[in-house]
Amino acid sequence: MNPSSIPSDYLPIFIQFLVAAGFVVAVMVATHWLGPKRKSKLKLETFECGIEPQGNARIPFSIKYFLVAILFVLFDVEVIFMYPWAVNFKVLGESGLIEMLIFMALLLTGFFYIIKKGALKWE
Amino acid sequence: MVQYTFYFLSFLAILSALMVVVSKNPVHSVLYLIITFFAIAGHYVLMNAQFLAAVHIIVYAGAIMVLFLYVIMMLNLNADVEPHKSKWLKFAATITGGLLMIVLIGALRNVSENAAAGLPGNDIGLVKNLGRVLFNDYALPFEVSSILFLSAMVGAVMLGKKEIK
Repeated sequence: MNPSSIPSDYLPIFIQFLVAAGFVVAVMVATHWLGPKRKSKLKLETFECGIEPQGNARIPFSIKYFLVAILFVLFDVEVIFMYPWAVNFKVLGESGLIEMLIFMALLLTGFFYIIKKGALKWE
Repeated sequence: MVQYTFYFLSFLAILSALMVVVSKNPVHSVLYLIITFFAIAGHYVLMNAQFLAAVHIIVYAGAIMVLFLYVIMMLNLNADVEPHKSKWLKFAATITGGLLMIVLIGALRNVSENAAAGLPGNDIGLVKNLGRVLFNDYALPFEVSSILFLSAMVGAVMLGKKEIK
């Protein structure tokens, strides 16, 4: 049996998005209306764990964050490839499993390279 | 209904794409880019490509966006150090963008309407059908893509990691 779908099938998802966004907006508007407003210089200051904020937030970041993020993206895409395989797991059978194992083996090689290089270590 | 959704999503995508270019604050540009990505994901849903829509949200709106944010954070965002763009650079950019637009218009002008694969009833974009095609007919490109991932990992580590002493 072939699965089929039409765009109107996504109406529940759309409604869920709408409710989620609507809730956020409604709560934000409500707090502005209902909450008392006592503004003082101290209260309007940026809250930073109770410590007085110092310096500028717009400073260049370390490249280490970028490295972790880009490695995350790569493994993220890898996992996405597993969805079409998992849905068809029974239909594809052994050959699909072998294909996936080769795919995973190559990526695990990369994973071990990353671990050995200590790319995820925070110096 | 589908047509109105299409018009709304197109309007949203084009408007926020313009705002990406126009807005002065790079962080605002990134936020508008997220709206663009979501609108395009909506287009994929309209074209019955549910897998592509999900991937688009997960990878582009999630992961790639994080990378964009890091790139912006690595630049120095203080207003006084904003790089000065010369008139010639702007001129060249306009010419290049205009040429790209001409190429795109020329390429899309002769596309027949029947070629739009995403009419309702075309189920190739569903996860199940896509998986069957990917793992049977396109098994080799799939495996080659893992080599691409491997090289990307090695490249990222090479560039971003200091050698351990």
